[in-house]
Amino acid sequence: MDVFLQQLINGLTLGCVYAVVALGYTMVYGIIQLINFAHGEVVMIGAMVAMSVILGLAGSGVPPLAIVLIAVLAAIPACMAVGYLVERVAYRPLRSAPRLAPLITAIGVSMILQHLALLIWGRNYIPFPQIIKTQSFALSNSETAATITNVQIAIMVLSVLMMAGLIALVYKTRIGIAMRAVSQRPDVAGLMGVSPNHVISFTFVVGAGLGAIAGVMIGSYYGIAHYQMGFLLGLKAFCAAVLGGIGNLGGAVLGGILIGLIEAFGAGYMGDLTNVCTLNKFLPGFSALCEANSNMAVFGSSYKDVFAFIVLILVLVFRPQGLLGERVSDRA
Amino acid sequence: MTSYLPERFRKSPLVLTLGVAMIVVALVALPFVLSMAGTAWVRLTNFAILFVLLSLGLNIVVGFAGLLDLGYIAFFAVGAYVYALLASPHFGIHLPFWIILPIGAMVACLFGIMLGAPTLKLRGDYLAIVTLGFGEIIRIFMNNLSEPINLTNGPKGIATIDSIKLFTLDFGRTTRIGDFALNGQIKYYFFLLAVLVIVIIINLRLQNSRIGRAWEAIREDELAARSMGINTTNLKLLAFAMGASFGGIAGGVFASIQGFISPESFTLTESVMILAMVVLGGMGNVWGVVLGALLLSFVPEILRYTVEPAQHAIFGRQIIEADVLRMLLFGLAMVIMMLYRPAGLLPSAVRKRELARSTS
Repeated sequence: MDVFLQQLINGLTLGCVYAVVALGYTMVYGIIQLINFAHGEVVMIGAMVAMSVILGLAGSGVPPLAIVLIAVLAAIPACMAVGYLVERVAYRPLRSAPRLAPLITAIGVSMILQHLALLIWGRNYIPFPQIIKTQSFALSNSETAATITNVQIAIMVLSVLMMAGLIALVYKTRIGIAMRAVSQRPDVAGLMGVSPNHVISFTFVVGAGLGAIAGVMIGSYYGIAHYQMGFLLGLKAFCAAVLGGIGNLGGAVLGGILIGLIEAFGAGYMGDLTNVCTLNKFLPGFSALCEANSNMAVFGSSYKDVFAFIVLILVLVFRPQGLLGERVSDRA
Repeated sequence: MTSYLPERFRKSPLVLTLGVAMIVVALVALPFVLSMAGTAWVRLTNFAILFVLLSLGLNIVVGFAGLLDLGYIAFFAVGAYVYALLASPHFGIHLPFWIILPIGAMVACLFGIMLGAPTLKLRGDYLAIVTLGFGEIIRIFMNNLSEPINLTNGPKGIATIDSIKLFTLDFGRTTRIGDFALNGQIKYYFFLLAVLVIVIIINLRLQNSRIGRAWEAIREDELAARSMGINTTNLKLLAFAMGASFGGIAGGVFASIQGFISPESFTLTESVMILAMVVLGGMGNVWGVVLGALLLSFVPEILRYTVEPAQHAIFGRQIIEADVLRMLLFGLAMVIMMLYRPAGLLPSAVRKRELARSTS
């Protein structure tokens, strides 16, 4: 039970981060039907900028909480600028081009951002400064009790606030109405006095801002930053967006949390489930392996990065529109 | 063959014969000239040809059928691992290359079908992201399939892979005929050249075949193609499987040249590199892709020999590593080509028309 509870907490934390990143994908996709491959890189840049600021201010006597706040406030505009530039330079000129073209520039931009980050921050894994001491709270009195850390609590609270804020933005404000209008028919929205270009830029900027915060969260959760950290994170978040139904905000949140949970439980239980001795009880042929090493598993927790992807394939086969999405016609 | 050549060559058989003869002589002489500068250059050329092979394979998928495959290196990896497992002391199996290469191609093809079947019915973007993930998954499996049964030897990779043996000619050793020495790299050069010629001919024939035209139709307008009676799903699957098989063959040759493979050789970076080569040269045009692959294989090497010393001379220290510069270059090549010359350096006529931006 304790293990279960622990994986539940870990999964929810991770899921919240995935959900915030997935929102970035799904917003852009909803409005211009483009997979913004560079979004994972924007998240990475957010983490890197925040890390640099924290390292720079660490010894200056500013209270830790203020330093983190300054770091986040530095990361957000940095990522917004990157998001805006990417849209302006690489995607906007290709909006009426065949679909393949913006996909190729997207992957090109992603490479450029990764290697620019490599130039600035180097090739190594950088320990993310733990400026606020991590505290664990036990959830029960037993010795093996599940724990929740202050970082995890902060991530979950912050994510929920951001999701609520975004949903309010899209459904309650004028710019939100404009965004939904552009996503339905850009040309007609233009006739109604909405400038599609501004709205699309705004969408990218908001997505990048969310990405920046997600970057800070994932950096402080795992405790490391690396120039390639955005790639797998982005891939998983995209899987989350597809699982929930791409283009659907609620779907991205649901998908993100589900992917986080699947990954945490997968990593936690996969090793035990596919342990050679466990398998030996049901299938003959594993006895020799079991005697050789009783801790060996066919699929250990090193396969945890595979789960999101398997979910993606299953969703595409059985429910391509995702859990909450509407059926979209093929526009090849 | 003549129909693929420019008009003025087609009209004059003499010029054509002379031209072909000159190219053949140049290609035969090339490794000997290069080996005067050092065997490393022949090796470099071999890897360039390998990249041309890979780009031609990817061109079938991206260029002909218009499907974006971002995990193409996975098929290369599958081919390489099949070769390594069937011709190394790892399992103690030593099969000859002409058995393994087709097996490698078939296994890669199978993987291509497995991956393509669930995704090809859907829109192109999903395929891009699924292939991206697939490339990563294959790498994770290669890294971890060392237990419970040691299949891939994990991150340590598989070493002492057999070199290709043709009759009594061992490509791993230097053959001496009198005073004339033929080292392994030169032999591989001719082997690769032969494979390349075959692959280019297949590609050219494919392009103008019924299948090639169907792919073109799918690429230009899938809906219209379907209503003309083209089985789009099967044909897309065919393109995917064919591209994968070419990748598998290239992987097998790679394993034998290198003699050692590990999961590190098959990262996303490599997939993107191959895509950049196809995009730079001209998607859908065989000669363009060859040009793109050669350019992007050699330019980084030239950079390695010029940029790093230049930085030391100017700044006294190294600011940008050549490897990083190379990747920046690849990324830039893709973005700039898509923005300003979407049909590539040597555009195919159809592709050019199609990628011309419409304002509608």
